[in-house]
Amino acid sequence: MHGLIDRSLESFLRGTYGDEFWMNLIREIDPGFDSFEPMFRYDAILTQTVVNQAAELLGKTRDNLLEDFGTYLIVDTRSERVRRLLRFGGVDFTEFLHSLEDLPGRARLAVPDMDMPEIEVDELSEGAYVLSICHPEPGFGHVILGALRALADDYGALALLDYNGRSGQTETLSVDLLDMSHTEGRSFDLAAGTG
Amino acid sequence: MTAHLPISLSFEALDYMMPMSLVLNSNGVVTHVGPTLRKVLPGKVLEGTSVFRLVEMRRPKKLTSIDQVREFNGAKLYLRIRDTHSTPLIGTMTCLPGSEGVLLNLSFGISVVEAVGRYGLAGSDFAPTDLTVEMLYLVEAKSAAMEATNQMAHRFLGAKTEAEAEALSDELTGLKNRRALDQVLSRFLAGKNRFALMHLDLDFFKAVNDTLGHAAGDKVLQEVARILTEETREGDTVARVGGDEFVLVMKGLTDQVRLSAIAQRMIDKLEVPITFRDDLCQISASIGMVSSSDYAEPNADQMMDDADVALYASKKRGRACYTIYTPDLRE
Repeated sequence: MHGLIDRSLESFLRGTYGDEFWMNLIREIDPGFDSFEPMFRYDAILTQTVVNQAAELLGKTRDNLLEDFGTYLIVDTRSERVRRLLRFGGVDFTEFLHSLEDLPGRARLAVPDMDMPEIEVDELSEGAYVLSICHPEPGFGHVILGALRALADDYGALALLDYNGRSGQTETLSVDLLDMSHTEGRSFDLAAGTG
Repeated sequence: MTAHLPISLSFEALDYMMPMSLVLNSNGVVTHVGPTLRKVLPGKVLEGTSVFRLVEMRRPKKLTSIDQVREFNGAKLYLRIRDTHSTPLIGTMTCLPGSEGVLLNLSFGISVVEAVGRYGLAGSDFAPTDLTVEMLYLVEAKSAAMEATNQMAHRFLGAKTEAEAEALSDELTGLKNRRALDQVLSRFLAGKNRFALMHLDLDFFKAVNDTLGHAAGDKVLQEVARILTEETREGDTVARVGGDEFVLVMKGLTDQVRLSAIAQRMIDKLEVPITFRDDLCQISASIGMVSSSDYAEPNADQMMDDADVALYASKKRGRACYTIYTPDLRE
């Protein structure tokens, strides 16, 4: 797994549950270091171990923890970058949803060896989408679910999102867009550092 | 000849196809402004204003009349907005068929990053086919990746400096370094261990370096390290403390006869020529020695200093020999 993903997961756990929680967790897993380097690669098993162990310590399901991680990526100021980079995808939530298919390509423009799942967006009927998320490692679906819920808020859209399960390497989400401009949403300035 | 038939375009279509365009009449007066350009150009009412008051047309040459502009149909124009920032623009123009008017389409070019911030532009201000937003995305993603890499480089530099500061061995020879030697001495002195200290300096080493180069010098130092390690026992310490200077700590050994024998054997072994590629490197060594048992209260600085004096005596006697420290050497 790319270190940027592991590092973000670490930031989420540290930021949400404290440094002490993280240090206990990493001591228990004992990978030989206590912090992920964002530009390294790590064995995907290690990433999964961190997720499983953290979920167990917190008494949460793995799915919920991953969903919270996705929300954190959009909502928390420490990962403002991620929110910004995603918002470049579209001027409104619909356009953003359509841009999701480009997401792996966009990520690789910046970090060529980034692992991102392949995403397919199908519009079944107006405002009703199905997202297919394909990656050998399970879990991306829940992270994206959490991120999309937060992004819908960010765009000011009202949407119902659900996780429909995993089959083979593909996880599916359904998105029902009820109102494109339910609230004002958060502003997005193209220029960095201004909003 | 359908290819030459002019196409008609509504202003509405023009606005979303080219939101940064201007339509000028035959006098160079603005008659229509694209919605994005309206946010950018100075002044509230732009229609009716001469284009030359809004922008400065600089290249391919300074253009000050619409007739001059017309000559550059289809060319790449370099402009500047006449505002406090002098924001650079690039543009291209075409003469409108059936009139004396001109369509001028503009873009920020490479100044786009500053410009979107300066004029508060949003993604919807650019035509869907315009790659500006993708470019801004890329700039931001690149800076984020660069920042992560830079931070990592700094963390590693810090760790490296720390590791070097804590390192106890000499990189080239694998022997202990001065820091390690200091630790051994203070441990021995604190534990009241008896020991001998030998200060060994290579003779003729500089000649090897000068005539055969540093690679030969490095090979010789590694050979010396191997010999000194072989000639000492486990528990003894061999440290490289300078370019061709070594200090040996012989644990529990203060007998002068045995020390002399060891010193002589080291010199003999070091004098065996060392092969480097096709050359033979001939060196020797001078040694100065002290024993902790010669002091009522031995301390590291005094012993090192005395060993140094004895070493100097060996050098003075013609090198390639050892000297055991006695106070009369200082006279």
